[in-house]
Amino acid sequence: MLEREVAKRVFAQEYRESNLTFKESDDQYSPLYLLTPTGAKCNRVFITGTLTEKEDIGATAEHWRARVADPTGVFTIYAGQYQPEAAQMLSAIELPQFVAVVGKTNTYDTGEGIITSIRPESIQVIDAETRDRWILETAKHTLERIATLGSDDPDAIKAREHYSPDLERYKQMVLQALKSIGKGQVPEEETEEDKAEKVGFEVMDLSKA
Amino acid sequence: MVKDIAEELKSRFSEMGLDVPLEDIKSKLDELINKFRVPVDEAKRSVVSQYLKESNIPRSKFYGEDASLVKVGDISSEGRWVSLKAKVVQLWPSESDSIAQAGLIGDETGAIKFVNWAKSARPLVEEGKSYIFKNVVTDSWQGRFQVNFNKNTDIQEIEEDIEVGSSVEDVTGAIVDIQSGSGLIKRCESCNRVLIKGSCGEHGKVEGKYDLRVKAVIDDGKIVRDAILNREITEKLTGITLDMAKKMAEEALDPSKVIDTITEQLMGSYFNVKGPRVGRYILVETMEKVAPISDEEIQGTIAMAEGL
Repeated sequence: MLEREVAKRVFAQEYRESNLTFKESDDQYSPLYLLTPTGAKCNRVFITGTLTEKEDIGATAEHWRARVADPTGVFTIYAGQYQPEAAQMLSAIELPQFVAVVGKTNTYDTGEGIITSIRPESIQVIDAETRDRWILETAKHTLERIATLGSDDPDAIKAREHYSPDLERYKQMVLQALKSIGKGQVPEEETEEDKAEKVGFEVMDLSKA
Repeated sequence: MVKDIAEELKSRFSEMGLDVPLEDIKSKLDELINKFRVPVDEAKRSVVSQYLKESNIPRSKFYGEDASLVKVGDISSEGRWVSLKAKVVQLWPSESDSIAQAGLIGDETGAIKFVNWAKSARPLVEEGKSYIFKNVVTDSWQGRFQVNFNKNTDIQEIEEDIEVGSSVEDVTGAIVDIQSGSGLIKRCESCNRVLIKGSCGEHGKVEGKYDLRVKAVIDDGKIVRDAILNREITEKLTGITLDMAKKMAEEALDPSKVIDTITEQLMGSYFNVKGPRVGRYILVETMEKVAPISDEEIQGTIAMAEGL
Protein backbone atom coordinates (compact mmCIF):
# COMPACT_ATOMS: atom_id res chain seq x y z
CA MET A 1 0.00 0.00 0.00
CA LEU A 2 1.46 3.33 -1.03
CA GLU A 3 1.71 5.75 1.86
CA ARG A 4 -0.25 8.92 1.38
CA GLU A 5 1.98 11.96 0.95
CA VAL A 6 1.80 14.49 3.77
CA ALA A 7 0.55 17.93 2.72
CA LYS A 8 3.40 20.38 3.40
CA ARG A 9 2.88 23.93 4.65
CA VAL A 10 4.75 26.55 2.66
CA PHE A 11 4.18 30.28 2.17
CA ALA A 12 3.54 31.58 -1.34
CA GLN A 13 6.80 33.51 -1.57
CA GLU A 14 8.89 30.45 -0.77
CA TYR A 15 6.78 28.23 -3.04
CA ARG A 16 7.24 30.65 -5.92
CA GLU A 17 10.99 30.76 -5.39
CA SER A 18 11.31 26.97 -5.55
CA ASN A 19 12.75 25.40 -8.67
CA LEU A 20 14.28 22.05 -7.73
CA THR A 21 12.29 18.92 -8.54
CA PHE A 22 13.40 15.33 -8.10
CA LYS A 23 12.25 11.74 -7.74
CA GLU A 24 13.60 9.35 -5.16
CA SER A 25 13.61 6.34 -7.47
CA ASP A 26 13.33 5.49 -11.16
CA ASP A 27 10.02 3.75 -10.63
CA GLN A 28 7.37 5.37 -12.80
CA TYR A 29 4.99 5.61 -9.84
CA SER A 30 7.58 7.23 -7.64
CA PRO A 31 6.28 10.66 -6.59
CA LEU A 32 7.80 13.86 -7.93
CA TYR A 33 8.94 16.27 -5.24
CA LEU A 34 9.49 19.98 -5.29
CA LEU A 35 12.14 21.02 -2.80
CA THR A 36 11.76 24.54 -1.42
CA PRO A 37 14.63 26.86 -0.39
CA THR A 38 14.17 26.05 3.32
CA GLY A 39 14.07 22.32 2.57
CA ALA A 40 10.36 21.40 2.50
CA LYS A 41 10.06 18.33 0.30
CA CYS A 42 6.64 18.78 -1.26
CA ASN A 43 4.57 16.45 -3.36
CA ARG A 44 1.30 17.55 -1.82
CA VAL A 45 0.66 20.94 -0.22
CA PHE A 46 -2.07 22.45 1.92
CA ILE A 47 -2.41 26.19 1.50
CA THR A 48 -4.95 28.85 2.37
CA GLY A 49 -5.42 32.42 1.30
CA THR A 50 -7.67 34.81 -0.55
CA LEU A 51 -8.95 33.76 -3.93
CA THR A 52 -8.30 36.97 -5.86
CA GLU A 53 -8.71 35.97 -9.47
CA LYS A 54 -10.11 33.15 -11.57
CA GLU A 55 -10.25 32.67 -15.30
CA ASP A 56 -11.30 29.88 -17.61
CA ILE A 57 -8.35 29.65 -19.97
CA GLY A 58 -9.42 26.42 -21.64
CA ALA A 59 -9.76 26.44 -25.40
CA THR A 60 -12.33 23.67 -25.65
CA ALA A 61 -12.81 22.09 -22.23
CA GLU A 62 -12.89 24.11 -19.02
CA HIS A 63 -9.46 24.83 -17.63
CA TRP A 64 -9.35 27.17 -14.70
CA ARG A 65 -6.48 29.31 -13.58
CA ALA A 66 -6.85 30.96 -10.19
CA ARG A 67 -4.75 33.03 -7.85
CA VAL A 68 -4.70 32.56 -4.10
CA ALA A 69 -2.87 35.23 -2.09
CA ASP A 70 -1.34 34.74 1.34
CA PRO A 71 0.48 37.55 3.23
CA THR A 72 3.75 36.79 1.42
CA GLY A 73 2.70 36.34 -2.20
CA VAL A 74 0.46 34.45 -4.56
CA PHE A 75 -0.07 30.79 -5.44
CA THR A 76 -1.15 29.95 -8.97
CA ILE A 77 -3.66 27.15 -9.32
CA TYR A 78 -4.64 25.23 -12.43
CA ALA A 79 -7.67 22.95 -12.51
CA GLY A 80 -8.67 21.14 -15.67
CA GLN A 81 -10.50 17.97 -16.62
CA TYR A 82 -8.40 15.83 -14.29
CA GLN A 83 -9.34 17.98 -11.30
CA PRO A 84 -13.12 17.93 -11.86
CA GLU A 85 -14.17 18.76 -8.30
CA ALA A 86 -11.79 21.68 -8.01
CA ALA A 87 -12.71 22.95 -11.47
CA GLN A 88 -16.39 22.80 -10.62
CA MET A 89 -15.75 24.64 -7.38
CA LEU A 90 -13.81 27.35 -9.19
CA SER A 91 -16.53 27.84 -11.77
CA ALA A 92 -19.12 28.35 -9.02
CA ILE A 93 -17.18 30.32 -6.44
CA GLU A 94 -17.34 34.09 -6.01
CA LEU A 95 -14.39 36.40 -5.43
CA PRO A 96 -12.78 37.41 -3.18
CA GLN A 97 -13.04 34.67 -0.63
CA PHE A 98 -10.86 32.76 1.82
CA VAL A 99 -10.15 29.29 0.48
CA ALA A 100 -8.19 26.23 1.52
CA VAL A 101 -6.52 24.28 -1.26
CA VAL A 102 -5.14 20.75 -1.07
CA GLY A 103 -3.18 19.84 -4.15
CA LYS A 104 -0.17 18.44 -5.88
CA THR A 105 2.89 20.49 -6.69
CA ASN A 106 3.34 21.27 -10.34
CA THR A 107 6.17 22.93 -12.21
CA TYR A 108 6.57 24.29 -15.69
CA ASP A 109 9.91 24.98 -17.28
CA THR A 110 9.75 28.09 -19.44
CA GLY A 111 13.30 27.65 -20.61
CA GLU A 112 14.24 30.70 -18.61
CA GLY A 113 13.09 29.42 -15.28
CA ILE A 114 10.74 27.16 -13.41
CA ILE A 115 7.20 28.31 -12.70
CA THR A 116 5.50 26.61 -9.76
CA SER A 117 1.79 26.06 -9.50
CA ILE A 118 -0.67 23.77 -7.72
CA ARG A 119 -2.98 21.15 -9.23
CA PRO A 120 -5.82 21.18 -6.73
CA GLU A 121 -7.43 18.01 -5.40
CA SER A 122 -9.89 20.12 -3.49
CA ILE A 123 -10.79 23.75 -2.96
CA GLN A 124 -13.00 24.73 -0.07
CA VAL A 125 -14.30 28.04 1.24
CA ILE A 126 -13.04 28.63 4.78
CA ASP A 127 -13.38 31.30 7.45
CA ALA A 128 -10.80 33.90 8.51
CA GLU A 129 -9.99 31.94 11.67
CA THR A 130 -8.91 28.92 9.67
CA ARG A 131 -6.79 31.12 7.41
CA ASP A 132 -5.11 32.65 10.50
CA ARG A 133 -4.45 29.20 11.97
CA TRP A 134 -2.80 28.18 8.70
CA ILE A 135 -0.55 31.25 8.73
CA LEU A 136 0.53 30.49 12.29
CA GLU A 137 1.12 26.83 11.48
CA THR A 138 3.00 27.58 8.26
CA ALA A 139 5.11 30.15 10.13
CA LYS A 140 6.06 27.53 12.73
CA HIS A 141 6.89 24.88 10.13
CA THR A 142 8.98 27.36 8.12
CA LEU A 143 10.88 28.45 11.24
CA GLU A 144 11.58 24.82 12.12
CA ARG A 145 12.97 24.24 8.64
CA ILE A 146 15.11 27.38 8.86
CA ALA A 147 16.44 26.22 12.24
CA THR A 148 17.40 22.77 10.93
CA LEU A 149 18.68 23.79 7.51
CA GLY A 150 22.23 23.51 8.81
CA SER A 151 21.70 19.87 9.84
CA ASP A 152 22.73 16.75 7.97
CA ASP A 153 19.15 15.93 7.01
CA PRO A 154 19.28 14.94 3.31
CA ASP A 155 16.61 17.46 2.30
CA ALA A 156 18.39 20.22 4.22
CA ILE A 157 21.69 19.39 2.52
CA LYS A 158 20.05 19.35 -0.89
CA ALA A 159 18.32 22.69 -0.28
CA ARG A 160 21.55 24.28 0.98
CA GLU A 161 23.54 23.11 -1.98
CA HIS A 162 20.98 24.08 -4.58
CA TYR A 163 19.68 27.40 -3.25
CA SER A 164 22.29 28.73 -0.79
CA PRO A 165 19.22 30.44 0.70
CA ASP A 166 19.31 33.81 2.39
CA LEU A 167 17.71 32.63 5.62
CA GLU A 168 17.30 36.13 6.96
CA ARG A 169 14.96 36.91 4.06
CA TYR A 170 12.80 33.89 4.83
CA LYS A 171 12.78 34.80 8.49
CA GLN A 172 11.53 38.27 7.54
CA MET A 173 8.90 36.62 5.34
CA VAL A 174 7.65 34.63 8.33
CA LEU A 175 7.61 37.68 10.58
CA GLN A 176 5.70 39.65 7.99
CA ALA A 177 3.10 36.89 7.75
CA LEU A 178 2.76 36.64 11.53
CA LYS A 179 2.45 40.38 11.97
CA SER A 180 -0.33 40.49 9.42
CA ILE A 181 -2.54 38.45 11.75
CA GLY A 182 -1.34 40.03 15.02
CA LYS A 183 -3.83 41.81 17.22
CA GLY A 184 -3.84 45.59 16.85
CA GLN A 185 -1.66 45.33 13.78
CA VAL A 186 -2.75 47.15 10.70
CA PRO A 187 -2.96 44.40 8.14
CA GLU A 188 -0.08 44.72 5.74
CA GLU A 189 -1.82 42.59 3.21
CA GLU A 190 -2.64 45.40 0.85
CA THR A 191 0.96 46.34 0.22
CA GLU A 192 1.92 42.70 0.10
CA GLU A 193 -0.72 41.94 -2.42
CA ASP A 194 0.51 44.80 -4.56
CA LYS A 195 3.93 43.26 -4.48
CA ALA A 196 2.49 39.85 -5.18
CA GLU A 197 0.46 41.24 -8.03
CA LYS A 198 3.62 42.35 -9.80
CA VAL A 199 5.20 38.94 -9.49
CA GLY A 200 1.92 37.44 -10.58
CA PHE A 201 1.75 39.32 -13.86
CA GLU A 202 5.14 38.02 -14.85
CA VAL A 203 3.86 34.52 -14.43
CA MET A 204 0.72 35.14 -16.41
CA ASP A 205 2.70 36.54 -19.30
CA LEU A 206 5.04 33.60 -19.32
CA SER A 207 2.26 31.05 -19.29
CA LYS A 208 0.61 32.77 -22.20
CA ALA A 209 3.83 32.82 -24.18
CA MET B 1 19.22 -23.54 -14.35
CA VAL B 2 16.47 -26.05 -13.61
CA LYS B 3 19.11 -28.62 -12.75
CA ASP B 4 20.82 -26.34 -10.21
CA ILE B 5 17.57 -25.54 -8.47
CA ALA B 6 16.55 -29.19 -8.47
CA GLU B 7 19.83 -30.18 -6.85
CA GLU B 8 19.52 -27.45 -4.27
CA LEU B 9 16.00 -28.58 -3.41
CA LYS B 10 16.99 -32.23 -3.30
CA SER B 11 19.71 -31.57 -0.79
CA ARG B 12 17.39 -29.44 1.34
CA PHE B 13 14.78 -32.21 1.26
CA SER B 14 17.30 -34.87 2.22
CA GLU B 15 18.42 -32.74 5.19
CA MET B 16 14.86 -33.11 6.41
CA GLY B 17 14.92 -36.85 5.88
CA LEU B 18 12.93 -36.69 2.70
CA ASP B 19 14.19 -38.72 -0.21
CA VAL B 20 12.89 -37.37 -3.48
CA PRO B 21 14.21 -38.46 -6.87
CA LEU B 22 16.09 -35.65 -8.57
CA GLU B 23 14.34 -36.40 -11.87
CA ASP B 24 10.93 -35.83 -10.29
CA ILE B 25 11.93 -32.43 -8.99
CA LYS B 26 13.51 -31.56 -12.28
CA SER B 27 10.51 -32.46 -14.39
CA LYS B 28 8.13 -30.57 -12.10
CA LEU B 29 10.32 -27.48 -12.21
CA ASP B 30 10.83 -27.79 -15.92
CA GLU B 31 7.13 -27.95 -16.54
CA LEU B 32 6.41 -24.88 -14.42
CA ILE B 33 9.30 -22.79 -15.65
CA ASN B 34 9.53 -23.75 -19.30
CA LYS B 35 6.03 -24.83 -20.17
CA PHE B 36 3.91 -22.62 -17.96
CA ARG B 37 6.42 -19.75 -17.83
CA VAL B 38 6.01 -19.35 -14.08
CA PRO B 39 8.66 -17.14 -12.43
CA VAL B 40 11.53 -19.20 -10.99
CA ASP B 41 10.81 -18.29 -7.36
CA GLU B 42 7.17 -19.20 -7.70
CA ALA B 43 8.05 -22.51 -9.36
CA LYS B 44 10.44 -23.34 -6.54
CA ARG B 45 7.86 -22.48 -3.97
CA SER B 46 5.23 -24.55 -5.70
CA VAL B 47 7.42 -27.64 -5.86
CA VAL B 48 8.52 -27.26 -2.25
CA SER B 49 4.98 -26.96 -0.98
CA GLN B 50 3.85 -30.02 -2.97
CA TYR B 51 6.45 -32.24 -1.29
CA LEU B 52 5.95 -30.69 2.14
CA LYS B 53 2.24 -31.27 1.89
CA GLU B 54 2.67 -34.89 0.83
CA SER B 55 4.93 -35.64 3.76
CA ASN B 56 3.18 -33.37 6.26
CA ILE B 57 6.21 -31.27 7.08
CA PRO B 58 5.36 -27.76 8.26
CA ARG B 59 6.58 -25.01 5.98
CA SER B 60 8.31 -23.30 8.86
CA LYS B 61 10.57 -26.32 9.26
CA PHE B 62 11.68 -26.17 5.65
CA TYR B 63 12.12 -22.42 5.56
CA GLY B 64 14.04 -22.31 8.78
CA GLU B 65 13.17 -20.30 11.83
CA ASP B 66 9.86 -18.79 12.75
CA ALA B 67 8.89 -15.46 11.32
CA SER B 68 10.45 -12.60 13.25
CA LEU B 69 8.67 -11.17 16.26
CA VAL B 70 7.25 -7.75 15.50
CA LYS B 71 5.02 -5.23 17.21
CA VAL B 72 1.47 -4.68 16.06
CA GLY B 73 2.23 -1.01 15.39
CA ASP B 74 4.99 -1.98 12.95
CA ILE B 75 2.72 -3.87 10.59
CA SER B 76 2.60 -1.71 7.51
CA SER B 77 2.52 -4.06 4.54
CA GLU B 78 0.57 -7.11 3.49
CA GLY B 79 1.78 -10.59 2.68
CA ARG B 80 4.46 -10.71 5.35
CA TRP B 81 5.11 -13.58 7.75
CA VAL B 82 5.43 -12.29 11.27
CA SER B 83 5.11 -13.45 14.87
CA LEU B 84 3.32 -11.43 17.52
CA LYS B 85 3.23 -11.47 21.28
CA ALA B 86 -0.20 -10.17 22.01
CA LYS B 87 -3.33 -10.34 24.10
CA VAL B 88 -6.76 -11.20 22.76
CA VAL B 89 -8.64 -7.98 23.34
CA GLN B 90 -11.93 -8.85 21.75
CA LEU B 91 -13.60 -11.75 19.99
CA TRP B 92 -16.24 -10.97 17.39
CA PRO B 93 -19.27 -12.96 16.44
CA SER B 94 -18.27 -15.10 13.50
CA GLU B 95 -19.15 -13.58 10.17
CA SER B 96 -19.26 -16.83 8.25
CA ASP B 97 -18.64 -20.55 8.39
CA SER B 98 -15.24 -20.13 6.80
CA ILE B 99 -14.03 -18.17 9.81
CA ALA B 100 -13.47 -20.09 13.04
CA GLN B 101 -12.67 -17.01 15.04
CA ALA B 102 -12.01 -13.32 14.48
CA GLY B 103 -11.37 -10.38 16.72
CA LEU B 104 -8.70 -8.01 17.93
CA ILE B 105 -5.32 -8.85 19.40
CA GLY B 106 -3.04 -6.19 20.76
CA ASP B 107 0.30 -5.33 22.32
CA GLU B 108 1.64 -2.11 23.78
CA THR B 109 1.78 -0.53 20.31
CA GLY B 110 -1.85 -1.08 19.43
CA ALA B 111 -4.42 -3.61 18.30
CA ILE B 112 -5.02 -5.42 15.02
CA LYS B 113 -7.75 -7.66 13.63
CA PHE B 114 -6.99 -11.35 13.41
CA VAL B 115 -8.75 -14.04 11.42
CA ASN B 116 -8.54 -17.72 12.29
CA TRP B 117 -9.76 -19.45 9.13
CA ALA B 118 -11.76 -22.60 9.70
CA LYS B 119 -9.77 -24.46 7.07
CA SER B 120 -6.45 -23.94 8.85
CA ALA B 121 -7.91 -25.53 11.98
CA ARG B 122 -5.91 -23.61 14.56
CA PRO B 123 -6.84 -23.87 18.23
CA LEU B 124 -9.30 -21.25 19.44
CA VAL B 125 -8.08 -18.44 21.68
CA GLU B 126 -9.73 -16.90 24.70
CA GLU B 127 -10.54 -13.27 25.28
CA GLY B 128 -8.27 -11.65 27.87
CA LYS B 129 -5.47 -14.22 27.57
CA SER B 130 -2.04 -13.50 26.14
CA TYR B 131 -0.30 -15.64 23.54
CA ILE B 132 2.68 -15.87 21.26
CA PHE B 133 1.31 -16.12 17.73
CA LYS B 134 4.06 -17.57 15.58
CA ASN B 135 3.93 -17.40 11.80
CA VAL B 136 0.87 -15.36 11.03
CA VAL B 137 0.52 -13.57 7.71
CA THR B 138 -0.26 -9.88 7.38
CA ASP B 139 -3.06 -8.93 5.07
CA SER B 140 -5.29 -6.00 4.41
CA TRP B 141 -9.02 -5.94 4.10
CA GLN B 142 -10.99 -2.84 3.18
CA GLY B 143 -7.90 -0.73 3.69
CA ARG B 144 -7.07 -2.00 7.16
CA PHE B 145 -4.30 -4.32 8.15
CA GLN B 146 -5.05 -7.63 9.78
CA VAL B 147 -3.25 -10.90 10.46
CA ASN B 148 -4.45 -14.27 9.24
CA PHE B 149 -3.71 -17.57 10.93
CA ASN B 150 -2.71 -20.48 8.74
CA LYS B 151 -1.67 -24.10 9.05
CA ASN B 152 1.81 -23.11 10.19
CA THR B 153 0.62 -20.73 12.83
CA ASP B 154 1.72 -21.83 16.25
CA ILE B 155 -0.23 -20.40 19.17
CA GLN B 156 1.17 -20.69 22.67
CA GLU B 157 -0.46 -19.24 25.71
CA ILE B 158 1.93 -17.26 27.91
CA GLU B 159 1.88 -16.33 31.58
CA GLU B 160 2.69 -12.73 30.96
CA ASP B 161 -0.29 -10.38 30.82
CA ILE B 162 0.42 -8.21 27.81
CA GLU B 163 -0.46 -4.59 28.38
CA VAL B 164 -2.44 -3.48 25.38
CA GLY B 165 -1.51 0.04 24.46
CA SER B 166 -4.71 1.85 23.95
CA SER B 167 -2.16 3.78 21.85
CA VAL B 168 -4.54 6.69 21.88
CA GLU B 169 -3.40 9.09 19.28
CA ASP B 170 -3.97 12.78 19.53
CA VAL B 171 -3.64 14.67 16.27
CA THR B 172 -4.34 18.30 15.53
CA GLY B 173 -4.37 19.11 11.86
CA ALA B 174 -6.35 20.09 8.83
CA ILE B 175 -8.87 17.84 7.13
CA VAL B 176 -7.41 17.39 3.66
CA ASP B 177 -9.74 14.73 2.27
CA ILE B 178 -13.15 13.20 2.88
CA GLN B 179 -12.95 9.75 1.34
CA SER B 180 -15.57 7.92 -0.65
CA GLY B 181 -17.58 5.60 1.53
CA SER B 182 -18.34 8.54 3.84
CA GLY B 183 -21.78 9.90 4.58
CA LEU B 184 -24.90 7.80 4.29
CA ILE B 185 -23.94 4.17 3.77
CA LYS B 186 -25.67 0.80 3.96
CA ARG B 187 -24.42 -2.18 5.93
CA CYS B 188 -25.27 -5.86 5.74
CA GLU B 189 -27.68 -6.84 8.53
CA SER B 190 -25.92 -10.13 9.20
CA CYS B 191 -22.25 -9.19 9.12
CA ASN B 192 -22.14 -5.39 9.30
CA ARG B 193 -19.99 -5.11 6.19
CA VAL B 194 -20.49 -1.97 4.13
CA LEU B 195 -22.51 -2.74 1.03
CA ILE B 196 -21.05 -1.86 -2.33
CA LYS B 197 -23.76 -1.19 -4.91
CA GLY B 198 -26.27 -2.92 -2.63
CA SER B 199 -24.16 -6.02 -2.37
CA CYS B 200 -22.34 -7.56 0.60
CA GLY B 201 -18.98 -9.23 0.03
CA GLU B 202 -20.13 -12.23 2.02
CA HIS B 203 -23.89 -12.41 1.64
CA GLY B 204 -24.49 -11.00 -1.85
CA LYS B 205 -27.50 -8.82 -2.61
CA VAL B 206 -29.14 -7.81 0.66
CA GLU B 207 -31.58 -5.15 1.80
CA GLY B 208 -29.09 -3.61 4.23
CA LYS B 209 -29.53 -1.05 6.99
CA TYR B 210 -28.52 2.59 6.86
CA ASP B 211 -25.56 3.97 8.79
CA LEU B 212 -23.65 7.22 8.90
CA ARG B 213 -19.90 7.50 9.02
CA VAL B 214 -17.00 9.66 7.85
CA LYS B 215 -13.56 8.64 6.68
CA ALA B 216 -11.56 11.85 6.92
CA VAL B 217 -7.86 12.36 6.26
CA ILE B 218 -6.26 14.57 8.89
CA ASP B 219 -2.84 16.05 8.15
CA ASP B 220 -0.69 18.24 10.39
CA GLY B 221 2.01 18.86 7.79
CA LYS B 222 4.20 16.13 9.30
CA ILE B 223 2.01 13.09 9.66
CA VAL B 224 -1.20 12.01 8.01
CA ARG B 225 -3.88 9.73 9.46
CA ASP B 226 -7.21 8.35 8.37
CA ALA B 227 -9.78 9.28 10.96
CA ILE B 228 -12.82 7.01 11.10
CA LEU B 229 -15.89 8.68 12.60
CA ASN B 230 -18.71 6.37 13.58
CA ARG B 231 -22.35 7.38 13.52
CA GLU B 232 -22.38 8.89 17.00
CA ILE B 233 -19.29 11.06 16.42
CA THR B 234 -20.49 12.05 12.95
CA GLU B 235 -23.90 13.12 14.28
CA LYS B 236 -22.35 15.12 17.10
CA LEU B 237 -19.77 16.84 14.91
CA THR B 238 -21.89 17.66 11.88
CA GLY B 239 -25.29 18.06 13.53
CA ILE B 240 -26.66 15.70 10.88
CA THR B 241 -28.48 12.74 12.40
CA LEU B 242 -29.05 9.49 10.56
CA ASP B 243 -32.71 10.41 10.06
CA MET B 244 -31.80 13.83 8.71
CA ALA B 245 -29.28 12.23 6.39
CA LYS B 246 -31.89 9.85 5.02
CA LYS B 247 -34.28 12.75 4.46
CA MET B 248 -31.52 14.79 2.78
CA ALA B 249 -30.73 11.97 0.41
CA GLU B 250 -34.41 11.40 -0.36
CA GLU B 251 -35.14 15.04 -1.04
CA ALA B 252 -32.10 15.45 -3.24
CA LEU B 253 -32.76 12.07 -4.85
CA ASP B 254 -29.06 11.55 -4.34
CA PRO B 255 -27.31 9.85 -1.41
CA SER B 256 -24.13 11.79 -2.19
CA LYS B 257 -25.86 14.96 -0.97
CA VAL B 258 -24.87 13.88 2.54
CA ILE B 259 -21.17 13.43 1.83
CA ASP B 260 -21.13 16.76 -0.04
CA THR B 261 -22.62 18.56 2.95
CA ILE B 262 -20.17 16.91 5.33
CA THR B 263 -17.25 17.74 3.04
CA GLU B 264 -18.29 21.39 2.97
CA GLN B 265 -18.33 21.46 6.77
CA LEU B 266 -15.03 19.74 7.44
CA MET B 267 -12.64 20.16 4.50
CA GLY B 268 -9.79 22.57 4.98
CA SER B 269 -10.59 23.26 8.62
CA TYR B 270 -8.53 22.39 11.67
CA PHE B 271 -9.62 19.74 14.13
CA ASN B 272 -8.27 17.84 17.08
CA VAL B 273 -9.00 14.13 17.01
CA LYS B 274 -8.35 11.57 19.72
CA GLY B 275 -8.83 7.85 19.66
CA PRO B 276 -7.11 4.47 19.53
CA ARG B 277 -4.90 3.93 16.55
CA VAL B 278 -5.19 0.79 14.47
CA GLY B 279 -2.52 0.88 11.78
CA ARG B 280 -2.86 4.16 9.97
CA TYR B 281 -6.40 4.61 11.22
CA ILE B 282 -7.62 6.49 14.21
CA LEU B 283 -10.95 5.25 15.50
CA VAL B 284 -12.14 8.65 16.59
CA GLU B 285 -13.54 8.98 20.11
CA THR B 286 -13.51 12.74 20.32
CA MET B 287 -13.25 15.33 17.57
CA GLU B 288 -13.32 19.06 18.10
CA LYS B 289 -12.79 22.09 15.96
CA VAL B 290 -9.59 23.86 17.00
CA ALA B 291 -10.16 27.18 18.76
CA PRO B 292 -9.15 30.39 16.96
CA ILE B 293 -5.51 31.32 17.45
CA SER B 294 -4.71 33.57 20.37
CA ASP B 295 -2.53 36.64 20.39
CA GLU B 296 -0.15 34.81 22.74
CA GLU B 297 0.40 32.13 20.13
CA ILE B 298 1.26 34.76 17.54
CA GLN B 299 3.56 36.67 19.90
CA GLY B 300 5.24 33.45 20.96
CA THR B 301 5.96 32.50 17.36
CA ILE B 302 7.20 36.02 16.59
CA ALA B 303 9.60 35.72 19.53
CA MET B 304 10.71 32.34 18.22
CA ALA B 305 11.44 33.86 14.80
CA GLU B 306 13.32 36.81 16.25
CA GLY B 307 15.39 34.45 18.37
CA LEU B 308 16.63 32.49 15.39
